[in-house]
Amino acid sequence: MKRWLGFYAAAVYLFLHLPLAILAVFSFNSSRFTVWQGFSLRWYRAIFHDQQLGEGAWNSVIIALTATIISTAAGTLCAYGLWKRGSKLLSGSLYLSLVTPEIVMGISLLALFQWSFRWLHWRLGLHTVILAHVAFSIAYVVIVIAARLRTFSPALEEAALDLGATEWQAFRYVTLPALLPGIVAAALLALTVSFDDYVITSMVAGVDSETLPMVIYAMARRGASPVINAISALIVVFFGALVLISERVQKA
Amino acid sequence: MESILELRNLVKLFPNQRAVDGISLKIPRGGFYSLLGPSGCGKTTTLRLIAGFEQPTSGEVLLDGAVVNEQRPYQRNVSTVFQNYALFPHLTAAENIAFGLKRKNQSGIEQKVREALELVRLTGKESRYPAQLSGGERQRVALARSLVLQPDVLLLDEPLAALDPKLRKQMRLELKEMQRRVGITFLLVTHDQEEALSMSDQLAVMNAGAIEQVGTPQDVYLRPSTRFVAGFLGAVNWIGGIGLRPEVTRISRDLPSNGGRFKPATVTGSVFLGNCVHVLTRLESGEDAVAEIPRNHSFQQGAYQTGEAIHVYWNPSDEMIFS
Amino acid sequence: MKIASGWERLRAWFLLPAWIWMAVLFAAPFAIVVVYSLLTRGAYGGLGLPWTLENYQRLLDPLYLGVVVRSFGMAGATTVICLLLGFPLALFISRAGGRKSIYLQLVILPFWTSFLVRLYAWLFLLRDTGLINTALQHLGLIHDPLPLLYNDGAVLLGLVYGYLPFMVLPVYATLERLDPALVEAAADLGAKPWPTLLHVILPLSAPGIRAGSVLVFIPALGAYLTPDLLGGGRTVLIGNLVQNQFTTARDWPFGAAISVGLMALVGVLVLLMLRSEREGLV
Repeated sequence: MKRWLGFYAAAVYLFLHLPLAILAVFSFNSSRFTVWQGFSLRWYRAIFHDQQLGEGAWNSVIIALTATIISTAAGTLCAYGLWKRGSKLLSGSLYLSLVTPEIVMGISLLALFQWSFRWLHWRLGLHTVILAHVAFSIAYVVIVIAARLRTFSPALEEAALDLGATEWQAFRYVTLPALLPGIVAAALLALTVSFDDYVITSMVAGVDSETLPMVIYAMARRGASPVINAISALIVVFFGALVLISERVQKA
Repeated sequence: MESILELRNLVKLFPNQRAVDGISLKIPRGGFYSLLGPSGCGKTTTLRLIAGFEQPTSGEVLLDGAVVNEQRPYQRNVSTVFQNYALFPHLTAAENIAFGLKRKNQSGIEQKVREALELVRLTGKESRYPAQLSGGERQRVALARSLVLQPDVLLLDEPLAALDPKLRKQMRLELKEMQRRVGITFLLVTHDQEEALSMSDQLAVMNAGAIEQVGTPQDVYLRPSTRFVAGFLGAVNWIGGIGLRPEVTRISRDLPSNGGRFKPATVTGSVFLGNCVHVLTRLESGEDAVAEIPRNHSFQQGAYQTGEAIHVYWNPSDEMIFS
Repeated sequence: MKIASGWERLRAWFLLPAWIWMAVLFAAPFAIVVVYSLLTRGAYGGLGLPWTLENYQRLLDPLYLGVVVRSFGMAGATTVICLLLGFPLALFISRAGGRKSIYLQLVILPFWTSFLVRLYAWLFLLRDTGLINTALQHLGLIHDPLPLLYNDGAVLLGLVYGYLPFMVLPVYATLERLDPALVEAAADLGAKPWPTLLHVILPLSAPGIRAGSVLVFIPALGAYLTPDLLGGGRTVLIGNLVQNQFTTARDWPFGAAISVGLMALVGVLVLLMLRSEREGLV
């Protein structure tokens, strides 16, 4: 049985990875058609000449960094607070935010923003996207930190108190250092999730706050272009590296 | 002499148990004091009440004459050595020891840390992390970390439980010696009666949330005030209404002539323990008794055979009587 | 107890950002959506009074019910296929000994590297001018390109591709915790590999299968991007319907009603799962 399982597993892994591999391979195709005609880097060069891509990437970076900082901070504090004493309402909401379909999250945030425009004089833009990204990434951060806290001994905080530290000092000098690898991992996760988001972002982005996924989506809709292959290959490598770093850090 | 630590009618109730049920205790300055009792008797809870990790349901904790009920752990001048030491894994030994000093913004930290390391004989290991230290070394860092703050009382929660047996015996002597040297009052919590007897100047025996007896090791072992204390501190032969320790229970083939009390019995077995022999007997009145025969006696009289008729005798002054 | 523990105070401050998040970015949006679902579509695509239940009544229209039914069918099919494909893979990984973590990584890795890119990979393969058709044409096996894209099959493929890891991970977690002594006991009692699988391993992995099924079904039910890109507008699922109302159709109240309905479904499914988890195995 084990041999058949092995063959089967290989087939499934092929199914999972082959499409991306093929995509990457054809990003080096000198022709724009799906017939291999020689190796070329022209599509990669084209990326750097595409202004829309550049703006989209830049927006994505700003949004991801800002949203990550906010959601990591809020999520870490939240996980710690819930670890001290749980709150069914808060945990339930966090869990619900994870299972909510993205489109529902997108339109409800859009509804919120549109409603708020009546008396807050602003429009859809980078800030609304950042808020939306914080909204859906907090739960991820809480999960990662909560898992980390489960392996943390409360006796360490008691020892800190015993030695003269206040509760805040115990958190700052004892618990926080212990959580640091988890915080880094959570931040990388939030970064990845934010960078990749299309559905929610597309609903709450303004005209001049297009993100990279939105640009890619538009290009994909318009038709085939190996430029997309090239960007995709870059994205896969970049995110893959981030995920691997995240796992490595979490093991520390 | 005013006591450094006093508990007045201390009560701690948890949702499903009375962990501490009205304890009053006065602990004198400068000695080695123990709280001895079986697991679940409330000794650890008492310790946590003193340290400030739990709030009493009623009653008072007084440190140096002042009621400290309202004070948080970091406001009380007591320090705890935790059972598993609770050393901060991300700090070196020296940084662990300096932790409390830094919180209080004290001066001369380096000097004090160095002295503390010397006291526990860990000089040279100050830059090691807890993961790189042995169990015994970690315990010494925990001690140094607490002692360097010069607390009024040092609380120790089963400090030797995590060490292996050989190390334990050695650490008993070291702890006792350390207490003598620094002069700080030590309050140790343990379930091991040998530990409590060997280290304490005074000890309190706890059971089911209450104190059954307070006294010196001799008081508590030789003159237990309750059956529980007698049974917890060592083995007891219950004969009629009195208790008798095996080491003062003697047996003889002939009738003893020196006016002790005696009862006829039959040998039911014998256990060789290396430094002594336990002869198991059943008295004519039905009770089982164990006589501990030290090495220098056993081979003179020859081994006792199962089924032999003998006499069990003892000195009346060795009897433990309870009302 | 007179003293509010210092911890309680710290906790209150620490949870404040999360509470703000919950109120402003989670509860408030949903509340607004619920309110919108009870309003009427305005002349220029806005919305306003009167209050009405009409939007919910429209959901019962066979046209829209069909969308719901089709979405359920799609999500169900996705779940079943993910289970059939994913269970043996989870089994393989759980028996892989020292290389377990590598095999797990290989499953997780593609998932985190951009959903959009992974969907586009299938576009690249399945298009009329995509790799598969070009290759088949080159080999002379077909004349005209096969319509591999823009149909239910392509959407199903995309959904399975996207959500397979969600099935593999929980099932693996359960299999991982399975006491190997149980399998050995079965063998000892005379069971061959296949019956052991059916009668011992499968029942004991029920909690993982349940968890995985929920983790696949719920997102698949509300899927938007996959049917949008791979279905090309021909496969309309609930997610597409909602998006449509908020963009081209400009019928926010109706879109809101569909969303509320979808969230109600999700809520029911989550409750069912939580309840079965409590009643089920430890």
